[in-house]
Amino acid sequence: MAETPKKIMFVMQKPPHGSIYPYEGLEFILISGAYEQDISLVFLGDGVYNIKKDQDTSELGIKGFVKTYRTLEGYDIEKLYVDKKSMEDRGMTVDDLIVPVEVKTSKEINAMMNEQHAVFPC
Amino acid sequence: MLHTINKSPFSSKSLDLVFEFAAAKEPVLLYEDGVYAAQSGTKFEPEIARLLKTNPVYALQADLKARAINNPVNGIKVINYDGFVDLVAEHKVQNWL
Repeated sequence: MAETPKKIMFVMQKPPHGSIYPYEGLEFILISGAYEQDISLVFLGDGVYNIKKDQDTSELGIKGFVKTYRTLEGYDIEKLYVDKKSMEDRGMTVDDLIVPVEVKTSKEINAMMNEQHAVFPC
Repeated sequence: MLHTINKSPFSSKSLDLVFEFAAAKEPVLLYEDGVYAAQSGTKFEPEIARLLKTNPVYALQADLKARAINNPVNGIKVINYDGFVDLVAEHKVQNWL
């Protein structure tokens, strides 16, 4: 008998190119997707910068991993959320993003966090 | 003295420290995650606009492009790596962490 899927949430908090956190986090998320769990992904704080359109890392001499967020759908990871205030503080709207997301308030995000079996920072 | 900032203004107090410790006319360079302060429309735009009244502010092109910052705050000078080297060669450097 298969076990009931666990609710697992990843919380992206760091910008994409200044540290290894988001890159490693995304790897972790993709691997988790293979186990058919109930995965959700929240972008808040500088984490929202991960999914900004038109990022071009060619002059930095690195390949960049941001486009990989587009593959999440292929792993049935479709519960993507962004924090409303984090977007407003950065002058961003959902039109600036490379993947479809739902906009949530911090209160709603807290409620979702509390429903999880596990919450991972990245 | 050249003041450099390489951390996001949302996660670091570097910008406040520059306001406190940089003298008028001393250049300020934003690079790596520091360039998020250069984006127009963020809550830090008024602070950058205020800084630009007293100090030249530079931002590194490669880091702007990597972060899709295509419309920096008016008055910020976008420079490439050669410009970065020129600034460092011309000034003593204080890197705010």
